[in-house]
Amino acid sequence: MGATQQTGTARPLVVERLVKRFGDLTAVNEVSLAVGTGECLGLLGPNGAGKSTLIRSIAGRVIPDGGSVAVFGAAAASTEARMALGWVPQELAIYPRISCTENLGAFGRYYGLKGSGLEEAINWCLHWAALEDRAGELARNLSGGMKRRLNMAAGMLHRPRVVLFDEPTVGVDPQSRNRIFEMIEALRAAGAALIYTTHYMEEAERLCDRIAIIDHGKIIATGTKEELVRNAFGSRSQVLARFSGDEAAIAAWTARNGGRMVEGTAEFTVEQATEIARLLDDATKARLELVDVSLRRPNLESVFLHLTGRELRD
Amino acid sequence: MILHIARTALIALKRDRGALVLSFVLPLAFFSIFAVIFGGQHDATPKVHVIVVDEDKSEASQDLVKAMEKESSLVVATAPEAKSKNAPHPADYTAATAEAAVQAGDAPVALIIPSGFGQHPIAFGPDAEGSAVELLNDQSDMIAPQMVMGLLQKDAMTAMPAVMAEQGMKYADKYVGGFTPEQKKVVEDGLADLRKEVANGEIGSGTTSGSDDKGAGIIRVKTRAVVGENKKSPMISFYAAAIGVMFLMFTASNSAGALLDEAESGTLERVLSTRVTMTKLLGGKLVFNTLLAFVQLVAMFLWGWAVFKLDFWSHVPGFIVMGLCTAFAVAAFGMLLASACHTRAQLGALSTLVILIMSSVGGSMFPRFLMPEAMQKAGLLTINAWAIDGFTKVFWRDLPLKDLWPQVSVLLAVGVLLFVVARRVARRWETA
Repeated sequence: MGATQQTGTARPLVVERLVKRFGDLTAVNEVSLAVGTGECLGLLGPNGAGKSTLIRSIAGRVIPDGGSVAVFGAAAASTEARMALGWVPQELAIYPRISCTENLGAFGRYYGLKGSGLEEAINWCLHWAALEDRAGELARNLSGGMKRRLNMAAGMLHRPRVVLFDEPTVGVDPQSRNRIFEMIEALRAAGAALIYTTHYMEEAERLCDRIAIIDHGKIIATGTKEELVRNAFGSRSQVLARFSGDEAAIAAWTARNGGRMVEGTAEFTVEQATEIARLLDDATKARLELVDVSLRRPNLESVFLHLTGRELRD
Repeated sequence: MILHIARTALIALKRDRGALVLSFVLPLAFFSIFAVIFGGQHDATPKVHVIVVDEDKSEASQDLVKAMEKESSLVVATAPEAKSKNAPHPADYTAATAEAAVQAGDAPVALIIPSGFGQHPIAFGPDAEGSAVELLNDQSDMIAPQMVMGLLQKDAMTAMPAVMAEQGMKYADKYVGGFTPEQKKVVEDGLADLRKEVANGEIGSGTTSGSDDKGAGIIRVKTRAVVGENKKSPMISFYAAAIGVMFLMFTASNSAGALLDEAESGTLERVLSTRVTMTKLLGGKLVFNTLLAFVQLVAMFLWGWAVFKLDFWSHVPGFIVMGLCTAFAVAAFGMLLASACHTRAQLGALSTLVILIMSSVGGSMFPRFLMPEAMQKAGLLTINAWAIDGFTKVFWRDLPLKDLWPQVSVLLAVGVLLFVVARRVARRWETA
C-alpha cells in the first residue's frame, strides 16, 4: 500500500470542535480528535452514539453545524481530501449485480483511475481482500464475509492515506472477522492513518493504538486501553461473583456492598485481592450460595460502564 | 381468526400509500379519462376538421359550403389560419394547397368542389354528367372521411332542394320524354317556392334534425387518399410509436429507480464521496437511460419491419432524430420520477399512475383524433403526443427532417427541463 507519504507537515486527520445537529438532536457535540500516520484510532460507543455521523462528517457527506475537519490540511469534501480519504461505510455499498472486478473497476474510475493504473489498483485490492479467486463472481453471490471484504476494497482503489472504517465487521462470522482484522493491520503497517468505529471492545482492543469513547455525540475519554482503564479505575481490580437463589436478595446484597449486577453477575471494584475474602464471608452470612468467583483487571466495557452508567451494547 | 388476518391486511394497506393510489386513484382517473373521451359528456363528440375548396362559386356550390359550415360536427376551413391576429388574412385554399395541408396533417380531409359542379350537381346513374366533388383524405384517420362523406350527402339533400328539383326535371326530360307545358309550369312554380324557402332559412338549415327538411338528393364524390395511399401496413408505425413510447416510459422510470436502490444501500453516498458529483452522476444515468430507451425503440421498429412490413429502412434519418429526442425526454422523465420518490414502492405507484394517464391522454392507447377537442389539446402536455406526432410525420406523412422541428424542439426542451428539475430535487441526497 503506497499510502505513507504526507503532504507537507499537515497531520493526516485533524477534527476540531465538530458539531452536527439534526433538529433537536445533537448527533456530534464539540468533538475534537487527531490521527497520525500509521495510527489506528478506535471510536468506541454504543449504537446511536454518533460514530457514523462523525465518520460521515469527516468523509464530507454531512455538513457540520460547527467546527472543522482537515485531511492533510485540506477541508472535508474538497477534491484533495476526497483523494486522500478512503471510506468504508457500514452498509454494503457495492453493486450487487456486477462482479468483484467490475465493482472495483467502477469505483476506481469514480476516483479518476484508468488504464494500467486502474488495473494495478484492482489487482492490489483483490489481493488485499483475498478475493483473487472470486474476482469474476457477482457480488450478490459472495458470502457475507466476502461481501464485507469487497466493500472494504472498494474504498481502497485510490490508495487513500486516511481510511475511515465504519463498523466493517457487522454481521460477519469470527473467521471472516479475523481476515478483516489482518487487512486492517496490513494497512496500518503500511502507514495509513485509520479510524475504526465499533461497539465491540475486543475489536478496539486488538486493532487500535488509541481509543476514543463516544457517547451521546461527545467524546468522553481518549487514550490507550491501559490509560483509559488506569484513569477510570486506578490500580483497582474487579471481582465477579455468581450466586444461585433469590435474584432480588442477591441484587440487594450486591448493592449493599457497593457492587452492581451485570447480566446476572455481581460485580465489585476492589483495591486489593484480599477484599474477596471479606465479600465471600459476607455473602455466606447473607445465606447466598456462591457458584463461582473471579478476579480481573477492568476492560473497556468496564470503563464505558464506569463513565456512562450504561453498558456498551445497550 | 379470518377477521384477524383481514384486519392485519387492512392495517398494512392503510400504511401503503402506493397501493392505495393504485387501488383507488388510478381507477378513478382512468374511468374519468375514458368517460370524457367516449362518454359523450361535455359535448364530447370529436369535431372533424375539413378543408373546403370551392372552385365553382356557383349557387349550388355556395349553398353546399354554407350548409357544411353550419354542421356542428365539422370544423370547415376555406383558408389557412392567420399566423397572428394582426397578420393579413391568408389566401383561400386551392386544390394544391389543400392537398398539401392534408399531407402535412393540418386536416384529415379536404373537399374540392370543381368548376362546373353547379351545372350538374346531382348525379344519377352510371353515365351521370358533371364534375365529381373530390375528397382527399389521410388514411390514418379512418373515421373522418366517412363522416365528411355522409354529411356532404346529407347537406346536398337538405341545402340544395331547388337545384335537385331542377336536375330532376332535366333527368325526367331526358329519360321520360319531357313534361307538358302545364306540368312544367307547376314544377317551376314549385321551384320558385323552394328557392324562397331556402332563402328564408325554412329548409336547408344544415341542422341534423332533418325531419322538417323537404329536400333530397345525391352528388358524385371521388375519394383519393393523399397520405398513406402506398403504405403496405397502415397504422403499424403509429402503434409502434404509440406503444413504444408508453413502454419506454415504464422502462425509463424503472431504470432510473436504480438511483433509489443505490440510495438505500448506501452506494449512492459512497459514489458521491469519490470525485463524482451529483450532476455527473445524474448525467451518466441520463445518458444510459436515453441510450437504453433508443435501443428499445430500435428493437420495436425493427420488429415492426420484420413482422408487420413497416417501411423502416427508408425512414432511418427521421427515426434516428425522433428516436433520440423521444428517448432523451423519456429518460429525463424517468429521472425526475425517481428523484421525487423516496422508495421503489412509491416510484412504482407514481410511475404507473402518471404514465398510464399520460399514455391515455397523449394518444398511446387510442389515436388523439378520436378525442374531444379539449382532450386533444390536453394531450399536448404529454411526451407521448409529441413523440407520436413526430413519428407519424416521419413514417406516415413522409415529411422531410426539417418539418420535425416542433416535435424535436418540444421533446428536447421538455427533456432539459425535467432533468434540471430532477437535479434540483436530487439535492436531498447530496449532503445532510
